[in-house]
Amino acid sequence: MPTPDKRNELRAGTDGRATHDIGGLDFGDIDMSEHDLALWHKRVDAMIVLLNTKKHVFRTDAMRRVIESYGEQQYDATDYYEKWVRALRNLVLEQELISRGELEDKLAEARAVFEADGRAVADGMVPWDDIGARDA
Amino acid sequence: MQTETSAPPKFKVGDAVFIDDRASLGHCRTPVFVRGKRGVVADILGAFRNPEQLAYHRPGLPAQVLYVIRFQQKDLWPDYQGPATDELDIDIYASWLKPAETR
Repeated sequence: MPTPDKRNELRAGTDGRATHDIGGLDFGDIDMSEHDLALWHKRVDAMIVLLNTKKHVFRTDAMRRVIESYGEQQYDATDYYEKWVRALRNLVLEQELISRGELEDKLAEARAVFEADGRAVADGMVPWDDIGARDA
Repeated sequence: MQTETSAPPKFKVGDAVFIDDRASLGHCRTPVFVRGKRGVVADILGAFRNPEQLAYHRPGLPAQVLYVIRFQQKDLWPDYQGPATDELDIDIYASWLKPAETR
């Protein structure tokens, strides 16, 4: 089982804090409004329960570690489920359940299905991280 | 998730502790705003595998005792404006704790 190297992703101008370690910094008011989960949020939760809780592919600690690696700009610009779905993707690649090539093929298939169905596909891509094997 | 550990807890409820001021590499559950600060053991939660290792698919053994450390907010923030009695509780693993003298 691969055991990746430890590293720190730092937040600029904070005297060496990790990106996520923002306790005590000024980030403005916390949004206290309630909001419903979208279907894709629930699917992310379901995949996490399957892979983490049931199949033990990775621990929650590994998901947190991956989320802490995104870099300041991405970390601040993405919401909770965007962070978590990217971590899921990174961890299945890191744990070599699938290869990047296989994932790229599946994404192209999914895109084609959506487009044939007249459903909107978001522009832009969650950035690839340097993780996992290229070939199947 | 609780795991047996061979060593008994170093600290008991009421003990004064300092959080180590060392730097961390990679995933760590001790936020910087408590490092180097003084608090008191408020509870003992049991022994758990080390998250700093679990995050990298390593076993995280031996298990470490996890404590609830209680801080006075005025000790954490130099310009704290709230009541002097405000406290903050945070879960901290044994390897980050050093004994302090009880005031």
